[in-house]
Amino acid sequence: MVIYGTGLLAFCLLAGAVVGQLLGYLLGVDANVGGVGIAMIALIVLSDRLQKRGALQPPTRQGVLFWSAVYIPVVVAMAASQNVQAAVTGGPAAITAGVASVAACLLLVPAISRLAPPLAESTFDAADANSSTDEGR
Amino acid sequence: MLDAVETVLAKYSLVTALALVAAVMWISYAAANGVFRGRVHGSALAILIGLIAAYAGGAVAGGNAGVADVPWLAGVGVLGGAAFRDLAIVATAFGVRLEEFRRTGVAGIVALLAGVLVSFIIGGVTAYAFGYRDPQSIVTIGGGAATYIVGPVTGAAVGASSEVIALSVAAGLVKSILVMTLTPVVAPWIGLDNPHAALIYGGLMGTTSGVAAGLAATDERLAPYGAMTATFYTGLGCLLGPSVLYMAIRVLV
Repeated sequence: MVIYGTGLLAFCLLAGAVVGQLLGYLLGVDANVGGVGIAMIALIVLSDRLQKRGALQPPTRQGVLFWSAVYIPVVVAMAASQNVQAAVTGGPAAITAGVASVAACLLLVPAISRLAPPLAESTFDAADANSSTDEGR
Repeated sequence: MLDAVETVLAKYSLVTALALVAAVMWISYAAANGVFRGRVHGSALAILIGLIAAYAGGAVAGGNAGVADVPWLAGVGVLGGAAFRDLAIVATAFGVRLEEFRRTGVAGIVALLAGVLVSFIIGGVTAYAFGYRDPQSIVTIGGGAATYIVGPVTGAAVGASSEVIALSVAAGLVKSILVMTLTPVVAPWIGLDNPHAALIYGGLMGTTSGVAAGLAATDERLAPYGAMTATFYTGLGCLLGPSVLYMAIRVLV
């Protein structure tokens, strides 16, 4: 059933968020530390286990894939509910701090990529990269 | 008549949001393939439309949640809120092999530390240059240059003024919106076309919303890798800001 997949996904997010919240308490931080990242690892590990057991039927997969496929529309809705006005009218100090930190971090991407290279080639092949993405994956 | 429509749209606000976002996606992809002949990605265009709508919504409704402050558009705030956003981000990890993450583990940690430190330093120097000389204000604006959550959390912990905290939120918003819009533009220049680079990118930029939207507009398949590291960034910033970095700044000024 489709809902099994969505349920699996929801369980992973909730479990990850709880662990992230606990990690925050332990570190004395008023924030969720890596909850979404932990949830992603949980989903990868759990779905791998279920796959090997043959318990991941196509309808179940659809229950996860739907949410993966609506990722971009959800992000568009997120963009539409940002406080853009505060950013634009934040004053020169806020704009300078934001622009300068983005510029500096962008310059660091190639530097760190070279500093700690991947063990093996992990690029997408070119034909794949040009395919349409609105089908999800 | 209009009242009846508005009543329905407000009552079914999440449904309204789904219909509206679908329309925006359709228009964006049609324009990207038609007017722009594939030079601009449809998702980049859709996100840009979202940001412009958020600005207009903020101007009309005067709130802080973009179009979501307009009553019949409140559903956009739910659809784009933390719950659905995080559910969709986690779903993108489905089918990704764990090995991909393990492979870039060290680089991811280096990127996270470098990203938090560089943002704090640049934000702090900016604050100093604009005449803020007390360590509380410097570290808070430095936190804002990390993300719009790190800024206020740090500011509250060290006792910064509310004016400075507001400034730090604005700095974080500027960063988030820049990352959303600039990522697809700069991606070819910084080699952002593989999972390894995306993991590093997420760690360096940190702003989850910015990275999520920026990578969506660049190549959707990069999203899980960037989101994975970015999700640790705000926690790390909230950890280091009011503690180590605040003490370091107190020694320096």
